[in-house]
Amino acid sequence: MARTGIPPFERFYESHSGEVLAFLRRRAGRDRADDLFQETFLRALRAYGRLEHGEQLRAWVLTIATNAMVDAARRERPTIGLSVEPAGEAERPPIEELAPLTDDLPPKERAAVVLRYGYDLDYDAIGAALGSNEQAARQAASAGVRRLRKEKEQR
Amino acid sequence: MTGVPTILDERFRAAAAASGDLDVAYDVLDDTPVGPLLVGISDRGLCRVGFDPEPEAELERLARQFGPRVLRTPKALDRVRSELDEYFAGRRHAFDLDLDLRATPEFHRRVLEELNRVEYGHTTTYGALALQVGAPRAARAVGTVMNRNPLPIVLPCHRVVGANGSLTGYGGGLDRKEWLLRLEGAIL
Repeated sequence: MARTGIPPFERFYESHSGEVLAFLRRRAGRDRADDLFQETFLRALRAYGRLEHGEQLRAWVLTIATNAMVDAARRERPTIGLSVEPAGEAERPPIEELAPLTDDLPPKERAAVVLRYGYDLDYDAIGAALGSNEQAARQAASAGVRRLRKEKEQR
Repeated sequence: MTGVPTILDERFRAAAAASGDLDVAYDVLDDTPVGPLLVGISDRGLCRVGFDPEPEAELERLARQFGPRVLRTPKALDRVRSELDEYFAGRRHAFDLDLDLRATPEFHRRVLEELNRVEYGHTTTYGALALQVGAPRAARAVGTVMNRNPLPIVLPCHRVVGANGSLTGYGGGLDRKEWLLRLEGAIL
């Protein structure tokens, strides 16, 4: 019952809504951003009661925003082929291109890949967002990329 | 707000209220005759009426008592707002709202239920309330219950006065107590 450090949702929303909207507008365009904004915070609200602690809420909500974008992109282009190279360290494809690519990855690996290469978060923040740590995040991202390469070779 | 257009902000708040995922929906009524009032409802009913115009501590408390999903959603408070407006205009003498007292200890709840029978325009005493809940020596404890009443105005702790008729105290300040009793015609 006594979960520590979780602010009332109102405070969380006030602290992060501006940044989330700006993030969504940058990544998904102004038109889509409005709907994604609402979707992001409704998802956050649903999950908020199950949070164990109030740390790294910024990374957490940006992960949710990213997932909402990925899901929307998938709905819009469900049958897209493999049109871009899997991400290497040097090239960072935009989120829309990552979305259909990472569909089949296990959730943790997918989140790590999208946050690393789509959003540029460092592994520390990704670890926090995934509820693990930097090393686990690094492993998940590289496992995800390896899996993508393998899948590509098999096609 | 932090760079979110009002229309988008309001749309989210309305959707959140409709989602059923909130622990507490609240609003701050800025211009009542007794000053700003924070009012909150849960899925079970009214759970907070607060005089503190700085809601920070209130929000923390609501989050602790009912869960962290506490959001300002004016629309969800429409009914509470209109009943309070009617009361302040002298047109309503009893509230017709479900109340959520689950965060209130058992003894407090018993006293508050007894308090709820004290009618508009009437007063009672701490000692009389103590007697009515079967704890005749507990007048002081009844005072504490009044002081911590989570739903002032609606649960009318302003109607409880000292044995000699003095107003004694009020969680929201004696000025407000006096104003409310004057409104109800309990004092002239």
